[in-house]
Amino acid sequence: MDMDWDFDDEGVQKLTSPGEVITSATQFMRGHGTFVEDNDVVASLSGTIERVNKLVSVRALRTRYHGEVGDLVVGRITEVQAARWKVDVNGHQDALLRLSSVNLPGGVQRRKLESDELEMRKFFEEGDLLVAEVQPTHGDGALNLHTRSLKYGKLRNGQLVTVSPVLIRRRNSHFCSLPCGVDLILGMNGYIWIAKHVAENQKEGEEGFDAEAVYSNKNDDIDMETRAAISRVSNLIHVFARRSIPITDAILAEAYDWAVQQETSPSDLLRADVGDTMVAMVTALA
Amino acid sequence: MSRFEPLNAGNLRSDGRRPLELRSFSAQLTTHPSADGSASVSHGLTQVTACVYGPREAKNRGQTMHDRALVNVEVSVAPWAGEMRRQRARGDKRTLEFAASIKATFEPVIQTTLYPRSEIHIHIHVLQLDGGLLQASINATTLALIDAGIPMLDYVSSLSAGLYLTTAMLDLTSIEESDLPSVTVAVLPRSGKVTLVSMETRLHVDRFEEMFKLAMEGGKVLRGEMDRIVRERTAALARQMEGGGGTKEEDKMDTDDL
Repeated sequence: MDMDWDFDDEGVQKLTSPGEVITSATQFMRGHGTFVEDNDVVASLSGTIERVNKLVSVRALRTRYHGEVGDLVVGRITEVQAARWKVDVNGHQDALLRLSSVNLPGGVQRRKLESDELEMRKFFEEGDLLVAEVQPTHGDGALNLHTRSLKYGKLRNGQLVTVSPVLIRRRNSHFCSLPCGVDLILGMNGYIWIAKHVAENQKEGEEGFDAEAVYSNKNDDIDMETRAAISRVSNLIHVFARRSIPITDAILAEAYDWAVQQETSPSDLLRADVGDTMVAMVTALA
Repeated sequence: MSRFEPLNAGNLRSDGRRPLELRSFSAQLTTHPSADGSASVSHGLTQVTACVYGPREAKNRGQTMHDRALVNVEVSVAPWAGEMRRQRARGDKRTLEFAASIKATFEPVIQTTLYPRSEIHIHIHVLQLDGGLLQASINATTLALIDAGIPMLDYVSSLSAGLYLTTAMLDLTSIEESDLPSVTVAVLPRSGKVTLVSMETRLHVDRFEEMFKLAMEGGKVLRGEMDRIVRERTAALARQMEGGGGTKEEDKMDTDDL
């Protein structure tokens, strides 16, 4: 049996486009991005062909977020409904965050009360940003989120940058600290949160659970240095995203050092020539 | 002044093409990075840009369907697009009908059942208009949908055909369109299925089949051209993602992380 149809002679993954016959359906199973017609597995997307044993799928190189259980996502509240919030996570539909899957003030283990339901906007309001984890999903593909961990919850002291979800790779931890004093949350949905660094021992809710701080809408004081660092990182992400380069904390730290050495101002990074030089330098090092 | 002559004694058309020759075709993908997918297509002097948003949470909850995605099409024609400057009203009947025919073309081709309760919004901007508006819009929408990573059964490629006396011609300009009977066909090139046939003029039934077949053949040729553009773009993106345009050796190492 010919096993090499998903790679070309040089070992590079083959590309496909909609309507192209990939292989026979009698020997392989169809995965995402394919369908079966007349005993053939046919691609429905343009992208790279991937094969796991007998399962053939096509991965598009530009698409919206397709949720998977356990993913870390950054989202924005779009609606407050009865005992749940709707969250925009760049997916096919808004995700659901139930009142029962958030940490309530007054103890992590507390059950939700009717009074909580009446003051849901005290926790999350329309437009609030949050970081959450994807739970087993609904039948119709709507994602369920939960923030039942001290790592998750409302976001403040920072800035949101959106990139294509394919640029974020799954990894051990999506919470990163850059050496420049900036914390990074790489949401699997392509939403990236860049915020002022919080020292490990000052994290909210370490000693007991401090609802005041967790659901606060007030930003801390952020000095000019940190602000510059945040905008530099955000511009670097824009530069990489425009060139479709996957975003990792390592590549950002590298690029940040380069930018500081060259003494470029944060806004200069967005210039095409500076961006090209920076990308060339950083990808050569990697 | 002589009357307009669609085909002269040398068998050439008003712009110097032979009857079955297409105008120069060009296409670009991801022209609007803020949309989920976008493409710009030009057939000669006709230029159309399509932006695709979604699949996303439906804006209008009442219209959502529990078993598949809703496809919305909106068309806007720039006032400067045609020969004369003309501001079209938003609810223009012709534009709405045009949008409806594009929606009908793509609804059976997009795998909408994969995205229940969602919405796929297609916005078509007509920038320059010199005949073949429907074919350009359909081709641009196909490319924009592919760019957005929305699963489709096949490419949809579309081409117009006209008839002068007994000679069939392909890819009409606006001056030819106003003088000749014409038909626009949209095909799925792989299976040869037809998703749209649009004819707004009268035509002798004996001539229809020939024009129809020629338009289908032309559509298959266009598919090859679109496919080449899509593949180039996909290959470039794949290279960038693997290692910022690095060598093949690096690419190989990176695939282990996927």
